[in-house]
Amino acid sequence: MSDDGGVPARPGSGEAGYGESAAPSGGFRKGAFGVSGSGDTSGFGGLVRIEPGGAVALHSTDRPYGGYFDEVTDALIEAVGQATYDAAVQRVLVDRGEITYFVTREHLLTLVQALRDDEALRFELCSSVSGVDYLDSGGPAATSDRPRLHVVYHLTSMTYRRRIRLEVAVTAEDPHVPSVVPLYPTADWHERETWDMFGVVFDGHPALTRILMPDDWDGHPQRKDYPLGGVPVEYHDATIPPPDTRRAYR
Amino acid sequence: MSTTYDPYAGSRETTEGRVYTVTGGDWDQTLGTEAYGEERLVVNMGPQHPSTHGVLRLVLDLEGETVTKARVVIGYLHTGIEKNTEYRNWVQGTTFVTRMDYLSPLFNEAGYSMSVEKLLGIEVPQRAQTIRVLVMELNRIASHLVALATFGMEMGALTGMTNGFRERELVLDLLEEITGLRMNHAYIRPGGLAQDLPEGVVEHIREFLEFMPARVADFHKLLTGQPIWQARLKDAGYLDVTGCVALGVTGPVLRAAGLPWDLRKVEPYLGYETYDFEVPTTDTCDAWGRYLVRMAEITESMKIVEQALDRLEPGPVMVQDKKIAWPAQLSLGPDGMGNSLEHVKHIMGQSMEALIHHFKLVTEGFRVPAGQVYVPLESPRGELGYHVVSDGGTRPWRVHVRDPSFVNLQATAAMSEGGMIADVIAAIASLDPVMGGVDR
Repeated sequence: MSDDGGVPARPGSGEAGYGESAAPSGGFRKGAFGVSGSGDTSGFGGLVRIEPGGAVALHSTDRPYGGYFDEVTDALIEAVGQATYDAAVQRVLVDRGEITYFVTREHLLTLVQALRDDEALRFELCSSVSGVDYLDSGGPAATSDRPRLHVVYHLTSMTYRRRIRLEVAVTAEDPHVPSVVPLYPTADWHERETWDMFGVVFDGHPALTRILMPDDWDGHPQRKDYPLGGVPVEYHDATIPPPDTRRAYR
Repeated sequence: MSTTYDPYAGSRETTEGRVYTVTGGDWDQTLGTEAYGEERLVVNMGPQHPSTHGVLRLVLDLEGETVTKARVVIGYLHTGIEKNTEYRNWVQGTTFVTRMDYLSPLFNEAGYSMSVEKLLGIEVPQRAQTIRVLVMELNRIASHLVALATFGMEMGALTGMTNGFRERELVLDLLEEITGLRMNHAYIRPGGLAQDLPEGVVEHIREFLEFMPARVADFHKLLTGQPIWQARLKDAGYLDVTGCVALGVTGPVLRAAGLPWDLRKVEPYLGYETYDFEVPTTDTCDAWGRYLVRMAEITESMKIVEQALDRLEPGPVMVQDKKIAWPAQLSLGPDGMGNSLEHVKHIMGQSMEALIHHFKLVTEGFRVPAGQVYVPLESPRGELGYHVVSDGGTRPWRVHVRDPSFVNLQATAAMSEGGMIADVIAAIASLDPVMGGVDR
C-alpha cells in the first residue's frame, strides 16, 4: 500500500469513539469468520471485531490534496463561491489517487453545472453514474444521519485529462436526487439503471422507467436487503442452502 | 359501438358461444386521422431480429420510410452479473465479468483485475503486464472482425460476414492456445495471470501476424472500394463530436467524429505509453468513418502485438504474495487444469502451514482493504469503466461496470431520427453494441 504523504491510509485509522460504545451493533463483526448459527465450538465465535467505517469512509482528507485535486477544488470554489461550496461539500476524500466529493443533493446541480461549464474545470464527459447500497457494510448502522443509498458520479475532463468523483447519499425512505440529465444527456440510462436497481428517484428525469428489469417488476434487486430467492438444493442426501443464507466468510 | 352494426368486427353465435371476428380495420374511428399523418406506422423491430445486433428491440415511428422517432428497449439479456459478484470471492469475480461483453472478454477481466489490484495497492509483474497487453490486442482484433462481419451481414454483404468470422477464428485459436478457451477465458486474474504462455504460441502469433495483413487487404478489396458498401454507409448515422460527448459516446464512434480520444494514449495503463502505435481518426462522423477507424485499428493492434512479443522477458506472471497468488499454482495436467502435483505433494506431505494457507485461500479468499476505485480502459467499443467498492471483506461490496455498449446505444435516436429506416440498421451496426455488455 503506497502511503502518499498526508493521505490517511485506511478508513478507520484515526477514528476514535467507536470502541467505547457499549453493545456490539451494526459496526461490529462477531466471530472469526462472520458465521453465525453453525456448530462452531472453537471459541472464536465469541470474538468481537471493531470495524469502524466499514465500506463508507467517515473521515475527510486535509488540504493539500496533492496532484491536480487542489487545482480542481480551488477552481470549483471560485466558480460557485466559498459559501455554496461549504454548504454543498460535506467531506472530501483522497484515496488511492482518486478524489471523492461527498455532496448534498440540494447543491448537486449547482456543482455539476459549474464543473461542466467553468473554463478551469471543463468536465465535459459524465463517464458513469452508479448506485451503492451501504446497508450493514460493517460500519455504523445506516441511519438518517448515515444514509445507506449512495449515488456515485464519475466525471471526466477531456480538456485537462482529469477525473473526479461526486457522491450523494440518501436514505431509503426519502430516495430523491435531482437528475443531471439536463446537464449530461448521457446520464439518462445510467439514472434509469440506478432507479431500477436501487430505487433512487431522480427528480426531473424525462422518463424514469425500469431499464434492465421487466416493467412490472417488484423491488430493486441490487439493494442489499433484496431477497435472492434461492432455493435449497438437495444432493446425495445433503441440503445446500441458498446463496444468501449459506455459510460464508466475510 | 355495441348497439350499431360494426362491419369490421362482426360476431356470430356458435355452439361454443359468441365468436367475434376481429379485423382491426377501425383505426380511423378509434384514433382519428388528424392527429397522426396518414402514413404513420409504428414498427416493433426485434428483440428477435437478425439486423438488430443481438437481442435489442427498437420501436420505430415511421412516416413512409422516414423514421420520426426511435426508441430503444433493452434488458432482454440481463443476468444480474453485478449482483452475482457480490456473493462470490474476489478471484471468482473474473469468471463472471468475462461473460458480460462476450466479444471482448479479456478487457472485462483486465478491467476487473486492475481495479482489484488498485484496491489492494499491488503492481503485477512486468511479464504479466506485457501478456495482458498482448492478449487484449489480439482480442481487439477479434472483436473488430466480428464488428465488421456483423456489419456486413446487416448491410447485406454476406461475404464480409463469412470472411470476418473466418479471420476471427484464427485469433480465437491463438487465444484458445494461450488461455485454454475460445471465449470467457478467466485468464487475467487479480494479481496477474492464471498461467504463463504455453510453449510455441509466440511462433504461432508471429505466423498470424505474417499473413493477417493480406487478409486485411482482402477486406479492403471486398468492402472498402465497393460502391454499394460506400453508398450504404456514407452519411448514415451522423453524430458529431458535440453529440458524442453529450451522449457519452466513446471509442471508434468518437474517433470517427474526429476526436483522437483513446485511453491507451490519454490515460495510459499497463505501459501503453511505451508502445508505438497511432490513434486512427476520420472526420466524417458517419458509419463509413467508423468502419474505416475499425479497419485501421486492426492494423494498429497488430503493431502492438508485435512489440509486445518482442519485449517478452522471462519472469513470474503472478505477484509473489502467496496470500493472493493461489491461482497461479495451477498447472496443466493430463486431465485438465488444476493444482500442480508439486503443490499437492508439498501441502499434503511436507508443510502443515502450507496446507492451512491453501485451505484458507481456497475457502475464504483474500481480503481487500475498504474503499472504492474507478478504473477505465479502452475496450474495442470505448471506455470500459470498473467502479469497485470493497468493505474490507473477502467479497466485493459492489461492482459496477460502465459498459461502453450500454452508453453508446443511447445515441441510436440521435443518429437515426429523421433518416431512412435502412439507415437505422447502418447506425446501430456502426455503434457495434454487444448486448451481453449492455444488459449485464
